[in-house]
This record gives sequence, C-alpha cells and structure tokens, in this order.
Amino acid sequence: MKVLGKPRRRVDGRSKVTGQTRFADDVVLPRMLHMKLLRSPHPHALIENIETERAKNHPGVHLVLTGKDFPVTFGILPVTQDEYPLAPQHVRYVGDPVAAVVAKDEQTATQALDLIEVKYRILDTISSPEEALAKPEPRIHAYSERGNIHRLQAFEFGDVEASLKEADHVFEDLFFYEGNTHLPIEQHASVAALDGEGKLTLWSSTQVPHYVHKALARVLQLSPTRIRVIATPNGGGFGGKCDVCNHEMVAAKAAVLLGRPVKICLNREEVFYMHRGRHPVLMKFRTGVTRDGKLTAMHVQTLADGGGYGSYGAASTFYTGALQTVTYELPRYKFDAARVFTNKPPCGPKRGHGTPQPRFGQEVQLDKIAEKLGIDPADFRLKNILKANSLTANWLKVGSIGLAECIGQVVSRSGWKERHKRLPHGKGIGLACGSYLCGAGLPIYWNKMPQTGVQLLLDRSGQVTVFCGATEIGQGSDDVLAAIVAEVLGIDPFEIRCVTGDTGITPIDLGSYSSRVTVMMGNAAIQAAEKLKKLIAEAAAEQLEVLPERLSFADGKVFFEAKTLSFAEAVGFAEEKFGTLGAVGSYKPPRPPGRYKGAGVGPSPAYSYTACVVEAEVDPKTGWITVPKIWIAHDIGRAINPVLARGQVEGSVYMGLSEALMEEQVFRRLPPRLSGALVHKIPSLLEYKSLTSLDMPEVDTVLVEDPDPNCPFGAKEAGQGPLLPVMPAVANAIYDAVGVRIDELPITPDKVLRALQKKKNGEQPRVGPESFPQVPYPKPLIVPPPWEGGDGKEIKRNDAATVV
Amino acid sequence: MRSNVQLRFTLNGEPVEASFAPYKTLLEVLREDLGLTGTKHGCELGECGACAVLIDGEPQLSCLALALECEGRSVETVEGMARGATLHPLQAAFADLGAAQCGYCTPGILLTAKALLEKEKQPSRERIREAISGNLCRCTGYQQIFEAIEEAARRMNEGPR
Repeated sequence: MKVLGKPRRRVDGRSKVTGQTRFADDVVLPRMLHMKLLRSPHPHALIENIETERAKNHPGVHLVLTGKDFPVTFGILPVTQDEYPLAPQHVRYVGDPVAAVVAKDEQTATQALDLIEVKYRILDTISSPEEALAKPEPRIHAYSERGNIHRLQAFEFGDVEASLKEADHVFEDLFFYEGNTHLPIEQHASVAALDGEGKLTLWSSTQVPHYVHKALARVLQLSPTRIRVIATPNGGGFGGKCDVCNHEMVAAKAAVLLGRPVKICLNREEVFYMHRGRHPVLMKFRTGVTRDGKLTAMHVQTLADGGGYGSYGAASTFYTGALQTVTYELPRYKFDAARVFTNKPPCGPKRGHGTPQPRFGQEVQLDKIAEKLGIDPADFRLKNILKANSLTANWLKVGSIGLAECIGQVVSRSGWKERHKRLPHGKGIGLACGSYLCGAGLPIYWNKMPQTGVQLLLDRSGQVTVFCGATEIGQGSDDVLAAIVAEVLGIDPFEIRCVTGDTGITPIDLGSYSSRVTVMMGNAAIQAAEKLKKLIAEAAAEQLEVLPERLSFADGKVFFEAKTLSFAEAVGFAEEKFGTLGAVGSYKPPRPPGRYKGAGVGPSPAYSYTACVVEAEVDPKTGWITVPKIWIAHDIGRAINPVLARGQVEGSVYMGLSEALMEEQVFRRLPPRLSGALVHKIPSLLEYKSLTSLDMPEVDTVLVEDPDPNCPFGAKEAGQGPLLPVMPAVANAIYDAVGVRIDELPITPDKVLRALQKKKNGEQPRVGPESFPQVPYPKPLIVPPPWEGGDGKEIKRNDAATVV
Repeated sequence: MRSNVQLRFTLNGEPVEASFAPYKTLLEVLREDLGLTGTKHGCELGECGACAVLIDGEPQLSCLALALECEGRSVETVEGMARGATLHPLQAAFADLGAAQCGYCTPGILLTAKALLEKEKQPSRERIREAISGNLCRCTGYQQIFEAIEEAARRMNEGPR
C-alpha cells in the first residue's frame, strides 16, 4: 500500500483551515432574497385561519406562502409521506412551520412574520408514550397503526420462552435512554435559484441530496430533470441533516415563483425544532444464560417516543431490535418494538440510529449477569462472541469480527484485570462493546439499482477527476474517494480532483447515512479505477514492450523494473489507443439471506466492532462524575487514512460520553394560564449541555484491522460504531465505583445521589424505570433461525411447533 | 428608510471602509458586507464560539460585537492567517493532524489558539483546554485539536525552516 494506511493530511484539509470551504450559508448570489418561517407556538392545534395581507404589504416583502401553496406531502420513507412543507391545517409540535415570508433581507422577513395572524384551535397534547398509549384521541396522524401508536412490530426467531424456561438464570431489566439531539455547529441552510435555463438549483446543508432531489420533484411537481441539488459540505451532520426538510421545499418553491435566488438559514432555536434526533426509548430485556455463562435467548421490548412526524421512525423502530444479534452468539431471539406519536419535534436518526439505546441496555445487563455469575465482564463477552462468517438468529450475515482483539487491547492497555473491582470506593472502571452496520443493505426506496456510482475522467495531462454523489459531512468522504483511486492508479491523492454531492453532475450516491459511504463508494471507486488501470496498462505495455500484468502503478509511475513511464505519459498512450478515457463503477450490497417481511432492516455488507473501557470517579457527597480516561479499540477492517479514522473514533467517544453524562432533549408543560402547552425546556446551545474541551478526558485509541472481504481494501466504517459502547461502559464504571446502577441516560449527579441514598436506606441501589407499560404488540412473525431448519422466511404459526 | 453608517478599521492588516446598517454585528458585516464568509456562526447568541475573531489581538465573539464598536481597531479573521500562500503553522498543523473534520468550528478555534500562542510560547495541555473551552466542536472530541495546537507551538518555536 502506497497511500492507504499512512497518516496524511486530508485532501480537503487546506480549504477547511483557510475558511474557503463553502458551506450552504456561504453561498451568496446576485439579487438574492431571504426567507424566514413562521412556526407554530402550539404543540397541537388546528389552523382555523391565516391572515397574510399585512405581511404581504409590508415594505420589502416579496412573497408570503402558506400551506395552501403546498398540496403535496413529503417524507423520507415511502411509507410515511406525512409532512407538508407548510402545515395547511394541523400542527403537531411547537415549531411546525405554517407560513413563510421572503423579503429583501432577513430583518424585514422577520418583522413581517409578526404581521401574519394565525387563528389556532388548540387540541390536547400527547406528551409521552404513556399518554400516547392511553389516549387514542386527539389523533396526531390518521395513518398510524392504532390511535397514537405509529408502528408496532414483533419478530420471534426460535422459541424464546422455551429457552428462557430452560435457562439456568433469567435476567429481567428495564432501561431508559432519554432523547437527545445532533447539535451540529452549522445551522441548516439552503439557497434555491433558477439557472439561466430556468432550471432549479438547490444548495443545501444536507446529508442526502438524492432524497432531497426526489422530494423536490414530488412536492413542486417538477420534472426531476429540471432540478439539481448540491449538497454543500456539511458543518457537522450526525444524522441531523439526513431528512428532507421543510425549509428546503419552501425555499425552492419561492425561488421558482419569484425567479430570484432565495436563502434561508435556520437559527439555533429552529434547529432544535427541526430535530430528527435520538428517540427516547424505554426498554425491557429478558435474557437467559447457562450457569457457565453462555447466552441462550433474549427477548427485547422497546417503546420509542417518535415526536410529531414519521421521519425515519419506521426504520428507527426496527433498529431498536435488529442488531442485538450481531455481537454475541444468541441461539434464539425475539423483539417487540413500538413507536408512538407525541406532540414534540420529530425524532429520527442520530449517530447509531436506533441502536445506541438497546446497546446501552444490552451491555449494562451483560455487566449485571457477569457479576451474578462471578465471571469477569471481559471474559464473559469473549466467551460469547459471535464467530466470523456466520448467520445470526435473525438472518443477518456477518463477515469479519475483530472484537476479541478489540477487547484484548482495551483490557491490557487499561490494566483492567488489576483494576476492575479493585479500585478504592469512588473510583471505578467499566467495559462494554458494540457493533454497527457498514451501510444499510437496502436503499430507502426499494429498487434493484446500485446504491452508489463513481465516474472517473482522465486527462492527457495526467489529471484525474472523480465524480461521485457522496456527501462530505466532515467525515472525510472526499479523502476516502481520492485515496482509493490514488491507491489503484498509483498516484498522489492530491493529484485528484473530487466532484461530489451534486445530483446534476455526479453519479448517484444515496447519502452520508448508515455509515455506508466508505464501503459502498469505495467499492465503486475501485471498480472504476481498475477499468482504467487495465486500459493504461495495455497501452503502456506496448510502449515498454512488457506484458501488461507485469506493470506496477506507484508513485506517479507505470513501470516494470527499469522500464518506466510517468503516469501522464502512460495516460497519453492510452488515450491514443482507446480514445478519451473514462470509466464508471457502481456498487450494490449483496442480497441479504433473510426473506421475511422486515428482513430489510439490519443487513449490511459488513459490521464494525468496538470495545471500550471507561474509568470514572464519583464523588459520593455530590454525585459528581469525572471521567479521567477512556480506552477504545475499534475494528475498522483497514484504516484508509488513520488520521481521519482516529478522528471518527474519538469524535464518537466524545459524543457518546456527552450523551452518557448530560445531553438530553427535555420538555416542560407551561402552566395553564400560559396555555398549558408542552414546550422545549432548553432550545439553546447554552442550556443543552454538551462536553467542552475542559470536560473531555484523555482517550487511548487503537485501530484494529481485521479486513472484511466485502469492503474496499477491507475497510469498514468508523463513524458510528465507536459511539455505541461508551454509554454502557460509563454506567458500568459508575457501578464499579460506588455500587449503584443507573439504568437510564443521561447519568446525572442527582440520579447518582438518589441511588446512593437508596443504598443507604437498604433499598435496591438503582435508579431507572420501574415499570413497562402495556403495549399492544402484535403476535410475532415467526422465523426459525438458520440452525432450526429455517430458510429465512416466516412460517405460519401452526407450523411453528413442528419445526425442530 | 434607515441610513447606513460608515466604519473605518484595520482588517487583516489592511485599512478598510464599510457602510452598513447601524444595528449590524461585526459577524454580519464581515460575512454580508465584506464578503469574508470564513467567519462562521452557530448560534448568534455567544454560545458556540464559531464566530470568534481577534479584535486588537484578543479573541472576541463577532456575533456579540456591534461592528460600530470596531472603529479604528484592528480585526483579524481566518482569511488573514496565512502569509501569502503559506499557511500559518496553526493552519498547517490543524490540516495535517485531523483537527479540522467538518471545519465549521475551525476558524474560531484557530484564531483563539493564535491569541494563546502569541501570549504563551509553550502552553500546557491544561492551558489549551481552558483557552478553547468557549469553542464548541462536535466532530473531533478535541484530542486532535489539542495535539495540533501543541504541534503548531513546537513548529513556531523552531522558527522558520
């Protein structure tokens, strides 16, 4: 390897440190107008009337739009096209947009918002999952499965009850994970404009330009060929720019109507309303183990608070149950999942999408089990690790698994064996593991086409231009693209020009979500580059009078022993021989083995693995938690650029620790005299607590490389998986420090103090959910696991008994 | 109609005149009236540090400073850090060591760090943590930022090679 695996400045590094990276709000066009949205002040209401005349007549105002101007709905998932760009009638959370003003500047637009009079009829709010279950009315969405229950899912892979009955021990635990938000420092912004031919261009801070393109065509009822979406580099995404947004639709419509560029940049408060963040999830885990510490079966129940719209929720709900099986051997598995609608900002995908919540429960429960059985928590996990290249109970195909090495690394580097259970009171150490997808196996819109495409263009000067729809959100997708092409063609990555994230000129990429870019784009890039390499080798071989397969490509040269051409010379000969040089590559993940309805969520070309040890200090007087150090080892398959890989891992540690200790999206009810509405307690960066540079512990990072054959040069993901073990490792460390279990996140000092008080009173030293409500889960879909004679399809209930 | 006000100040070492509405913040004047979009914003409320610039060498939040307050003063933004085409050692170290991921908080942190290194040649890790504690970064977990500032200090102390 000449390029891959070597620590290196990223190809877009210079522009990021000179202020030249052009984010969406940096796009400025002649005659540009500015837009602001009027948002509902009520969490749940019907619009009886909107009066816009005064706003329209305000000097400097060019256009006022309301729900009447947008008859067509949109949504990221085909099954939940439930949002209007501007609500025509029904508002479902504080911040739901109802009108827009386009004016000569932001100040004028903001003033004119005050001149719009909206008459609302207030409806009762549904504020929690418990309320949603108890009150089918007022119904937030007519399409929900039942009352205010959006989705219900249930799957059973083998007879879990029978296994639990036979187990030596069954552990039952409840956990709660509070919702939190992405908090990218860049606020969402979009600029829409008509080009010289009257076609629409939208520059937007989005992780998913392809889906925005699709939604714009639908909402504006324009031919997709007349729309171009350019994803500007995102100033942080974390899943918060994965959805199709109201403001994108409205700005585009305004630009089409006015024939002038229109910009909108959300303010920070609006970013909190836009949300699409981590679902609050209540969980129940029942897990059976043998006396000697082998897991026999697990039953997981989840209840997710979805907020006011569908967003990714149907998928998020599946993800609360889909990935419990990919880390440890689990002969039988069952999960019941539910998502409810409430009158809060919609929840969606945040780093880890639906899996950090159950991962927290799973890994804390494993800690409890290990203690009860008297087995070291690290050994307990090592004993149960899934075997590489195996199928799981729910029919996921897992490839390489570097988890044993990850556990070994963090155990030895942290001094785990000498320190766990041996530190003085108030100091503790905790361990947890995690695994994550390297790209969702199926696209959001089901189709048989590739998920990503790469196009390469070679110039006789030796210049290589690579086109791909992938979206740079800080993770370094441009760098990965350049590095992979450079490795194949034997050139310097800085010689490559990347053109990315533009639906008008780049081949498709579905977006920067589900940790899919390195694997999918990378595979497509190898395919395209190999095609060109073959042509160049053929032409160069003629010139050098050697066999093409003997030629090497490296350091900007094409050579065999002393016979050498520069890369540019070789490209020139190839152009003579074959004409203009271009090639395309594309990638579609392997077909997943599961055939049951619902098998589409969970499959991935590969899975990454992580182990983490957290050291914690707890002050028993104040409950204050300090984390001096974290050890993390991540099985990345292969690190394409170790500088970036380490950054992804440490950024995940940061975000995971921040979620473990403080991040929470909380709401409060106003007193009745102030409308009794449910509002955000803290829609500001100052009040929404997150770790600062002063709070961040030392992090010891190890990249474990267990290459996966499905991945480009073996490289797996690094952007999401390393977050997963951090939260449970913190909880386990706190238990080791002061002997109390905090079974809900975030773990704040008041919860620790409450648990310590309970301990003192002789009660169970635990703070966490006390009960799980009655959820009308359906009868599960029964799918026998591979080792029980299944073929990946569901079977009829009466057949269940006959399959052995 | 409101009328604009005039401002004269030094921007990245050069005298500049600007004309703008009097209520505008320095952030707005830099980005909207002078076209220097390298200075970012994440809240416009003084909470995130993304808009930090140097005013007379001190890190200040440009979203909280009225542009009018800068009359006769010297303002430095990220656009003024490089010498010609040569990156400032902080910029080079940030790019080399992964301290800029999405790059959005980067300009504010670079300038805050520059002010620190101008006062202290070899700040400790603790001093660095303190100095940038008002600049939120959601991508890096700060480790590579700390390392880049330390590396820049080292390169600056070695002097030009």
